[in-house]
Amino acid sequence: MAVLQMQKVSICALKKERKAVLEYLQSIGIMEMTQDIEEDAAFEKMDTVSQRTSFEKAANTADQALEILQHYVPKKQSMLSSLAGKELVESDDFGKAIERREEIHRVAIRIVKSNKEIAEHQANISRLENSIEGLKPWLSLDIPMNFKGTRKTAMFIGTMPGDHSLEDLYGIIAECAPDLTGADIEIISKDRDATYLTVLCLSEEAGQVEEAIRQHGFARPSQVVTQTPVQKKESYEKQIEQLNKMIEEIQQRLIAADAYREDLRLISDYYRIRAEKYEVLGTLPQTKNTFLITGYVPKESFQDIRGILENRYGCVVDVAEIAEEEEPPVLLKNNQFSESAEPILESYALPKKGEIDPTTVMSFFYVFFFGLMLSDAAYGAIISIACFVLLKKFPRMGAMRKSIKLFFWCGLSTLLWGIMFGGYFGDVINVVSKTFFGHEVGIRAAWFVPLDDPMRLLIYSMAFGTIHLLVGLGIKGYMEIKAKKYLDAVCDVGIWYVFLIGLLLLLIPSEIFASIAGSQIVFPPAVNLLAKIMAIGGALGLLLMSGRSSKNFGLRIALGAYDIYNVTGWLSDVLSYSRLLALGLATGVIASVVNQMGSMFGDGILGAIGFILVFIVGHTLNLAINLLGAYVHTNRLQYVEFFGKFYEGGGKAFHPFKTNTKYVDFKEETNQ
Amino acid sequence: MSELGIVYALLGAALAVLLAGAGSAIGVGIAGQAAAGVVTEDPSKFAKVLIMQLLPGTQGIYGLLVGFLTLSKIGLIGGGAANLDPKTGLMILAACLPIGIVGLISGKYQGMTSAAAIGIVAKKPDQFGKAMLFPAMVETYAILALLISIIAVTGIQV
Repeated sequence: MAVLQMQKVSICALKKERKAVLEYLQSIGIMEMTQDIEEDAAFEKMDTVSQRTSFEKAANTADQALEILQHYVPKKQSMLSSLAGKELVESDDFGKAIERREEIHRVAIRIVKSNKEIAEHQANISRLENSIEGLKPWLSLDIPMNFKGTRKTAMFIGTMPGDHSLEDLYGIIAECAPDLTGADIEIISKDRDATYLTVLCLSEEAGQVEEAIRQHGFARPSQVVTQTPVQKKESYEKQIEQLNKMIEEIQQRLIAADAYREDLRLISDYYRIRAEKYEVLGTLPQTKNTFLITGYVPKESFQDIRGILENRYGCVVDVAEIAEEEEPPVLLKNNQFSESAEPILESYALPKKGEIDPTTVMSFFYVFFFGLMLSDAAYGAIISIACFVLLKKFPRMGAMRKSIKLFFWCGLSTLLWGIMFGGYFGDVINVVSKTFFGHEVGIRAAWFVPLDDPMRLLIYSMAFGTIHLLVGLGIKGYMEIKAKKYLDAVCDVGIWYVFLIGLLLLLIPSEIFASIAGSQIVFPPAVNLLAKIMAIGGALGLLLMSGRSSKNFGLRIALGAYDIYNVTGWLSDVLSYSRLLALGLATGVIASVVNQMGSMFGDGILGAIGFILVFIVGHTLNLAINLLGAYVHTNRLQYVEFFGKFYEGGGKAFHPFKTNTKYVDFKEETNQ
Repeated sequence: MSELGIVYALLGAALAVLLAGAGSAIGVGIAGQAAAGVVTEDPSKFAKVLIMQLLPGTQGIYGLLVGFLTLSKIGLIGGGAANLDPKTGLMILAACLPIGIVGLISGKYQGMTSAAAIGIVAKKPDQFGKAMLFPAMVETYAILALLISIIAVTGIQV
């Protein structure tokens, strides 16, 4: 129903019980630590940073090892496995793994190291492959690439930029060294931007030739090898093969290490729990023989632990109420139905100190509006059944559980509204009966069909919205009364109620309303008079009282007038609820478009097959899109319109000191 | 000349669908680029950013809704075409304009807001609820336009 009341608890005990007390508190997980005693002569804190980091590092190594194993020995995880929650383990198995933690930790290190080796080998392979690529143009050269010539001759091996023909090259040499005896040029290969060539000449003319070809950009190859290119390539390939073999061996070892997967998960969690314990330990003020723990505990669970702490561990337990200026952490507690809307509230903001928890009120409106926006009986049934199956199949699904439960209720509401408006996959019954059986039948809407009379639903939407908003305003009044601010409650809430109800009563018999609703509503004259009095009185009240914080009378009236102007804000808030109609119509209309498209194949077997295909694809899409729309816009109505009237939020969540595991949960008996 | 009535009405339906649809396409496109960027960095945020990306997609649906209402009103689906005089046809055309034009513009801007909200999700995934609100604010005006279009289309006597 509400925000749980917190108590500040201080626990003092002998140092020799330190470990046991901390472990006990961690296992029950109902205390949020706040150590507000600073170090002084009497108290000092332990430096646990190095232990903590070493545990964190160990947990990290195990995580990395697990990731590597997952990479080499992929275990399939189904889409729904994230809903299944953490694996449940016996405390015995956990204990056994802890005993072997040194060994398992070594395995983890080995796995991480092996992975690094593989990466290194792979880097080497790609370097070698690059070298082979560089050799490719030279493969037809049958002499070593660093060959400089014989006693009488000089040999130049290298590349020249651009595409040159043999004649070109002879021309170049003849041009630059006209009195040359002769040279033999051979083109090894060519590619887009270079010509690979050898030039053979007499050694005494080598200078001239080199001069000539260098002018045209001749350069010796970057990798100089003492073997022929083909031999070199073969040796590179052999190296690659060796490296590949090594990689394969390491992979085999990694695959064999997969047997440790479960152990790795266990010790990763073990180290994580210990790291957290040491983190808390580092914050505890301690004297020579005692230590002190302070923190917030929810009042209702405190009695359970007090006895155990005092009797089993000989602690001194002291309880204090929360001080005026303190802002305790917020933990919500709601009934089975309303708790499902807690994630919605959390994603807006938790109530700050002094605010009430609006979850219960909100949950009813949430489910109501959601159903109205989606409003198709078949869609609602599908959502509810799917969520119900998930809830039954994965009873320990953790964080998602509340949201799935919320969608279960929203599905039921959708089912109900669908029956009211006669939507079953849109108008599928009518379409199928008409297309395949020749005469049209359908289920009558229990209330009315929105598409036939949208104005009627529009008025109802706005009426629902007005109720929603007035409830919001009412909660504001309730909070002000609770905080004993009676004047504020009367001026900010009471007068507004009078004013708004007066305006509503004026509006209902008016012609504008009649033209929208299609029928004139006539109130007895007394009600009309009352409406006028309420509206005018309310306006006067606002004019005089809204600016009451201001001493200056002129300013006070101006502020009051401005507050009356806020009635336009109410108007736009109420209009905003027209999305209930718009989204409801959208679901129905798109569904009937889908049905109509399906029926275009005609009747008979082929027609039926076509219809089924269009039906499945179309309705899946429609359901997905409108589910999203209903979710977003129901949230919006709560966050902007409803919360805007009374709720601020800004509390911080309750984060108890507990066993924060990543992979496994322990069966209950560990908690005893 | 009296046959022109149905042409105007059909033009209205077409404008509602095509303008609002184009707006949504632009919006979803803008948001999709931001969403793809986030997923390259952190694939686990896929579901969240996908929801954000789809938010500007509703204008197209609203356009379709009005287009469909109009078509069934003038009898182009589910029965023979009604015989409209040009005045009624133009009225239907006018009735279709709010969702068409507002759908186009709000679709684009909702897309830009969605892209910014995707930035929030990328940096602070726990603020998803608040991030979702900003694009939803833009959509309000598309819903108001849809409302007037629906009221007008259903209100016109054929």
